[in-house]
Amino acid sequence: MAWVLRGLREGIVTTRYPKRADGYGASFKGAVSVTGDRPQAAVRSARAEPNADAGLSSLCPTGAIEERSDEVVLDRGRCILCGRCVEARPDRFRFEASAEVATLHRSGLFVPDRAESDEELDLIRAELSTKVRALRRSVHVRHLDAGSDGSEEWEVAALLNPVYDVQRLGIFFTATPRHADLLLVTGAGTAAMCGPLRTTYEAMPAPKIVLAAGTDAISGGLLSPGYAVRDGVGSTVPVDVFVPGSPPSPFSLLHGILLAVGLLPGQGAR
Amino acid sequence: MSPPVNVEFVGPGALASAVARRVEGGDRLAGLFASTQRDGSTVIRALLAPRGGLEVVEARLDPGVDRYPALTPLVPAACWYEREIHDLFAVVPVGHPRLEPLVLAVAGHEPWRPRPGPGQPLAAEPFELHDGALASHVAGQGLFTIPYGPVRSGVFESVEYLVETFGEDIPHLQSRVHYKHRGIERRFGELGPEDGVLLAERVEGTAAVAHGLAYCQALEGLGGVEVPRGAALLRVVHAELERVASHLDSVARHCEGAGQSVAYARMTLHKERTQRLRAELCGHRFGRGVVVPGGVSGGMLADPAEVLPALRVLERAIADDARALMSTPSFLDRLRRTGVIAPAVAFAHGALGPVARGSGLAGDVRAERPYGAYGTLGFTPAETYTDGDALARQQVRLEEVTTSFHLAREALDELAEPDSGPPWRVALPPVDGLGLGSAEAPQGELVYMVEAEAGRVTRVKQRSASFHNLALFPDAFAGDILTDFSFIEASFGISMAGVAG
Repeated sequence: MAWVLRGLREGIVTTRYPKRADGYGASFKGAVSVTGDRPQAAVRSARAEPNADAGLSSLCPTGAIEERSDEVVLDRGRCILCGRCVEARPDRFRFEASAEVATLHRSGLFVPDRAESDEELDLIRAELSTKVRALRRSVHVRHLDAGSDGSEEWEVAALLNPVYDVQRLGIFFTATPRHADLLLVTGAGTAAMCGPLRTTYEAMPAPKIVLAAGTDAISGGLLSPGYAVRDGVGSTVPVDVFVPGSPPSPFSLLHGILLAVGLLPGQGAR
Repeated sequence: MSPPVNVEFVGPGALASAVARRVEGGDRLAGLFASTQRDGSTVIRALLAPRGGLEVVEARLDPGVDRYPALTPLVPAACWYEREIHDLFAVVPVGHPRLEPLVLAVAGHEPWRPRPGPGQPLAAEPFELHDGALASHVAGQGLFTIPYGPVRSGVFESVEYLVETFGEDIPHLQSRVHYKHRGIERRFGELGPEDGVLLAERVEGTAAVAHGLAYCQALEGLGGVEVPRGAALLRVVHAELERVASHLDSVARHCEGAGQSVAYARMTLHKERTQRLRAELCGHRFGRGVVVPGGVSGGMLADPAEVLPALRVLERAIADDARALMSTPSFLDRLRRTGVIAPAVAFAHGALGPVARGSGLAGDVRAERPYGAYGTLGFTPAETYTDGDALARQQVRLEEVTTSFHLAREALDELAEPDSGPPWRVALPPVDGLGLGSAEAPQGELVYMVEAEAGRVTRVKQRSASFHNLALFPDAFAGDILTDFSFIEASFGISMAGVAG
């Protein structure tokens, strides 16, 4: 049978995302949240009993959980989604079933929300939107591996398969940084890749957007601290969009790219 | 559970000849690793694979001694291993023909602190790279070197190839792999067994299950524990689906290179479905978090009886497209006689995985040293091919996909039986001593060497098949031209993360 018929016989396999929610993307375990915010009463009674939250931070192999005096904060930028905390303390942590985990600010990855001021967030959005206005709804992406484990590349490459088919959204991968609007960086930022990363960034024409793909790219993940990695790529290039995950799923990456260029439904209204 | 490690102790001066003697006798050199001991001495361990086993030849360098006679002149397969040891431990293999930096090659790259090995920093001192210093291995009129990488066209892992060429033929090629060096080994030493497996899963992210397996099997061998039957079966399911995904990735890259856009779309679709199926079983698209020391983290999230039909549908669809691909002449023409590794070359280097099996070597850990449930599942290794070209490697991969589905189905069948279930894991007792673990990753034999002291894991050395096979990569270019590059690379199926460590 001719190849073209093989393709046609399958029918349409492409997701409708972002116009419609995708069942798979919506069920993807994309992030961990802190649950059971202790009500005031519980805090008070905790004085009498030993603190039920003591030792929560030791559950995390990457130090993503921080116990503060009044709350427990989880940094999704350090979380590698191993699920240890969820398994040990289902009353305090749970998996969030959504692939839409990208944020425009590093502090946006801390949960529960760090009550970021609206003005601050608006400022970031306004800055980014002046950047992306010139892109006119189409974006050329240059991928760069700054010390990934290889799985991120699979997920980035998956964006080109028929299921995600990102060309339909005006997203194209380009070979040269000279044509690129968005630099998609994976990996923990090895010392040896910092130079090439910087050179690539500088070779891109303005306006340029940097997307840190994966927990390793955001914070170094399980590899930091180490002698050969910087803690993520943020110290080498200015990151605009943070997509956590180990690795981030194709839906998370797509969400991050769309968020960066202001193409998410309803985003224009903001 | 693996038997205790068989170690032959020799003096540093006798290491090269002892290893050479064994290699001449038919053993394969599977690795060469260094390790610093508490008393300041350094041990150099050669890992040899006679038929059906893994043995160690060990030499000890006293504190303050930082050199030993190199193995490479007698056993060329040791070349990259000795370069790596030189980089990380500042130990000089005297007489090594080309002791260039391999994994620590960049200015500003700090060496291990404190350096685990004795002696002074030597060539691991900052090494400034600039285009004027491109080393050439071959000389001739009109010959020049194209530096290709580390940022390459397309979605690739970072590596730099120095392509020495007249413009069309490629008489020689060098690989600079240090760009992705992440200091994995040092990091392992800071993590306990439970966290260590998480790191193992990130050494080569596309072979996470195999890495988790090899790491855990090293610990389980040391602890003398046998994983429960259900866990062993579940490990097989995940390891084999990982192989399917990895092989599909390689096949898809071939299709892309050959301009077969529909075939490329089909293969990537199958790969996506495989990844989703894996996520359905365990919640992670790469099977991370499944393998833990002593078993698996828990039962399957899906009912085996429901997974089996889905598996069958996927298997049929892949087999159907694979058959069509292997009868598409315009595709086969690009692969035939491209990137030939002659069987003699593959044997001399001790090639691994599909690269070996495409060049007439039958090695497969699942058959040679059956681990987990492989011994009882009726595994017959895929046929080997002797052409040694990209087509042979592709045929090996496609047949392995069939075998993998078969194994996964058998394991699922048994898991579907009512009496198979928990316990999923047994406790690992405190471990002590030297442990070896291996598994057949999609890229080939994967080995972990673990040293533990009173329950604490002090050193972990991983050796991926990618590391071993990449040293063979330049040999595949005889008679091939620049446009063959992508096929040869795809057919090797190298993961750079696993090479650079």
